[in-house]
Amino acid sequence: MEDKVVLLDFWPSSYGMRVRIALAEKGIKYEAREENLADKSPLLLEMNPLHKMIPVLIHNGKPISESLILLQYIDEVWHHTSPLLPSDPYQRSQARFWADYIDKKIYSLGKRVWKEKGEKQEATKKEFIEGLRTIEGELGDKPYFGGEDFGFVDVVLVPLTSWFYSFEICGNFSIEAECPKLVGWARRCMERDSVSKSLPHPQKIYAFVLELKQKYGL
Amino acid sequence: MAITKSDVKVLGMWPSPFVMRARISLNLKSVDYEFLQETFGSKSQLLLQSNPVYKKVPVLIHGDKPICESLVIVEYIDEVWASGPSILPCDPYDRATARFWAAYVSEKWYPSLKGIGAAQEEEAKKAAVEQVEEGLALLEEAYEKSSKGKDFFGGDEIGYLDIAFGCFLGWLRVIEKLNGVKLLDQTKTPGLVNWADKFCAHTAVKDVMPETDKLAEIAKILAAKLRGAAAPPK
Repeated sequence: MEDKVVLLDFWPSSYGMRVRIALAEKGIKYEAREENLADKSPLLLEMNPLHKMIPVLIHNGKPISESLILLQYIDEVWHHTSPLLPSDPYQRSQARFWADYIDKKIYSLGKRVWKEKGEKQEATKKEFIEGLRTIEGELGDKPYFGGEDFGFVDVVLVPLTSWFYSFEICGNFSIEAECPKLVGWARRCMERDSVSKSLPHPQKIYAFVLELKQKYGL
Repeated sequence: MAITKSDVKVLGMWPSPFVMRARISLNLKSVDYEFLQETFGSKSQLLLQSNPVYKKVPVLIHGDKPICESLVIVEYIDEVWASGPSILPCDPYDRATARFWAAYVSEKWYPSLKGIGAAQEEEAKKAAVEQVEEGLALLEEAYEKSSKGKDFFGGDEIGYLDIAFGCFLGWLRVIEKLNGVKLLDQTKTPGLVNWADKFCAHTAVKDVMPETDKLAEIAKILAAKLRGAAAPPK
C-alpha cells in the first residue's frame, strides 16, 4: 500500500520550510496544501484542534504537528534514507539541545525583530544577535552543524535565513557583519536542491512583511 | 566495564520538577547516579561549566559529557540504557503523540499552573484556575487514548509522557493546598486522579517526589522573595 502524505503549509512559514526540506531530503512524495491563515480550512482545524497552526503532516490519515516533533517523525518513519539525526546518542542529544535553543532563542526573537520599534526593538535585536553568535560558535569551522553531513540542526535553522533580509531592513543591521560564518553556512546549504527549492526568495518574504505591516499598522 | 556510580551525575535541586524527570528516568533504568545538589541562590562552578548556555539544572553528566534540558536528558537516558524498560513508545506515531503532549505540558500547561500562584486578585486567580482545568480536560482525553485502559500514559509501565507530566504533581498539590482549589477532581478527571496516585506510588518515583508540605515551605519562601524583590528599596 502506498503512503499518502499531505502537508498543510503556508509559504512564508519557516516552520513549514523545515518540513519541506526534510521531505525533499528523503525523496518523499507528498501533496502540498497551502493554508490561508486568515481563513483556516476545516481540515486544519480538525487535524490540529489544539494549536490550529501549520505545519501539519497528515500521514495515511493521521496528523502530526509541531515542526521539531514532525522532523523526528519523518526521520523515524523514513529511516532508511538520508538520516537527519546522527546515530550516536550523545550526538543526538546535542542536536536536540541546539534545535530547542534555536526555537527558544533565535526563532522567537526573529519574530519580534521586524515588528517592534525604538528601544524595544534595540533590545530584541541585541538578544537576537547574541543568539546568532552563540549558534555560530556551535557551528565553528564545520561545514554543517552535524559535521561533514547536512543534518537535523541545519534543517531546523536554515529556513530562518530566508527572513534575514527582512530582519536587516526592519532592524537596520547586517547579519553578515555580525555573523559572517553563519551567512557562509547558509550559502552552502542553499547549494542543496532540498533547501533552495523549499525556501522562498528573501525579496518575496520582504514583500510579505510589508503587506503585514500595512495590514496591521506595524 | 561496569558503570560506577561516579560515572553518572545529576546536577539539580530536590524541589525541581525538571530535575525529577532525569532522576525518574535513571531510576526506571536502574542506573546508579550521584545527585549533586545546587544551593539556592548560587550556582556551582560545575554547573556553570557544564551548562554555559542556560546555567540551569538539571544537567546530566555521563562520564565527562554534560547533557542539558530535561526532555533531551530523558531521551538520552532512554537511548543509552536501551536494555532497560523503554521510556518512549516504539511506534513513531505514538512517539510523536507523547512528544506533542510533553511539549504542551511543559510550554503551556505548567506556566498556567504557576499562574494560579502568581495571581494577585480573585478574578485573575479564577481565570488562571479555569485555564489549568481546561488543560487537564485535554490531558484526561489524551490519557484515555494513550493508556488504553491501563494505569499509565505509557500503558502497563510509566513512559515519556508520564514522566514529563507527572513531575509537576508535587507542585500541583501545593497550589491546590495554598490556594484552596481542587484541580484534579474525581468528577471531572477521574482517569488522571487514578493515574496521579499510581504515578506517585511507583518505585521509580516515590523517593524523588517531594512531600507536599516540604514543597509548600519552599513556595512560601519563594513568594516572600518575589514580594521582597517587587517592593521598592528603602
